[in-house]
Amino acid sequence: MSEYNFAYLDEQTKRMIRRAILKGLAIPGYQVPFASREMPMPYGWGTGGVQVSAAVLTPEDRFKVIDQGADDTTNAVSIRTFFERTAGVETTTKTTDATVIQTRHRIPEEALTEGQVLVYQVPIPEPLRFLEPRESETRKMHALEEYGLMHVKLYEDISRHGHIATSYAYPVKVEGRYVMDPSPIPKFDNPKLGEMAAIQLFGAGREQRIHALPPYTQVVSLDFEDHPFEATKADHPCGMCGALDSYLDEVITDDAGGRMFVCSDTDYCEGRQAAGFVGEMNHQRAFSVQPLLETEA
Amino acid sequence: MQAETLSGGFADPATQSAHAFRSVMEAMARPGTIHDISGAAPPAPLSNAAGAVLLTLCDTETPVYLAGEMDCAAVRAWLAFHTGAPVTGPSQCMFAVGTWSALVPLSPYAIGTAEYPDRSATLIVEHPALTASGVTLKGPGIKTSASLSLPDVQAFHDNHTLFPLGLDFILTSGDRLAALPRSTEVQ
Repeated sequence: MSEYNFAYLDEQTKRMIRRAILKGLAIPGYQVPFASREMPMPYGWGTGGVQVSAAVLTPEDRFKVIDQGADDTTNAVSIRTFFERTAGVETTTKTTDATVIQTRHRIPEEALTEGQVLVYQVPIPEPLRFLEPRESETRKMHALEEYGLMHVKLYEDISRHGHIATSYAYPVKVEGRYVMDPSPIPKFDNPKLGEMAAIQLFGAGREQRIHALPPYTQVVSLDFEDHPFEATKADHPCGMCGALDSYLDEVITDDAGGRMFVCSDTDYCEGRQAAGFVGEMNHQRAFSVQPLLETEA
Repeated sequence: MQAETLSGGFADPATQSAHAFRSVMEAMARPGTIHDISGAAPPAPLSNAAGAVLLTLCDTETPVYLAGEMDCAAVRAWLAFHTGAPVTGPSQCMFAVGTWSALVPLSPYAIGTAEYPDRSATLIVEHPALTASGVTLKGPGIKTSASLSLPDVQAFHDNHTLFPLGLDFILTSGDRLAALPRSTEVQ
């Protein structure tokens, strides 16, 4: 720990990131450019989130990292260890115990509270990027509030699939002004963005952008009157804890079409199992070879 | 050089600035809430809170405007020693610090551009007393409504109408601070 400055980054870098975070909070949904640093991990592994976390952490924080909802995947484990070593902070897997949560592509199932900070790892912060590749143009489009193209994209979804097929990174409008990419969270999580009591910070390392949502900010998922936004999830209970209200991962269990659905939020699922909730496929034996329960198509 | 120039900075910059930043961030994210901030003991007339904000956010990359009596030898020397921030006029600054009457009028400060609204000044307003009463605030970061004692109403209202352009304010008093970003509606 003494080999590094607290939380790895030097103080001048942290000041630069902190200034960007404050401007981001003052202009919710707007992408603030920042001078992203080389981190001891490749771009695409959460360098934006790591830099934002480094600028936000204090020694008293309890830090949690999730990757697609899970505390125990490579990305989550390595970032958690990184801050254990460089900041000496306590870490946890419990959502309710954490003060700073870094996340890749999920919002925890349990409602976050005031005093918590949620830091997102963001790959492409620009919601218009795949519609207009030029940064000079997308800047202008944000400046002029020219978001028609985004609605055309959603409309093309409807004309091709009969419904809005965008299922993650679903665009939102913040406080009636900026269209924002909420990072590749499933659209199931979109309704949580606006109701949140916690501060939400988004860091994109490779793209060198930070954006933010203060608590209780108005966040509206884009839609049409006749095709209203719908937060969707797999229509199953969790196989392990039986939860009906959580976002589910589909897990292939054999080579004969067997599959199960389990909560993507591992802490939520483990908490429910500890509280006595048991799902239909929870036999205390990993991936039972018994005939699998029939699941609807 | 006076002894007070060398003292009054963060003794442990990494952790003290981290704590100070969390106070500033909570204040900016929840307009109207009042937070404690500590760690700095700058020369008068700078308050401890304003000193901590300057230490946390300013360095050689951030021009600072010292308004009114803030522009004195003691503050200039302290700021130069602890942050290295260049001192400039209001139109060039990223941060300005002073009492409300010294900071106004607000017209010279940078409010950002349509494409880069973040390129705007942050004003650190030294305020005699911060209380959660007075003007009603609404907007992002505020669940229903909040109240804050402000030095002016019309100026903050006008600033909000510029959104997404505009100035952001950090109000400091003694060891406490609150913030008023441009997104906040002042009634």
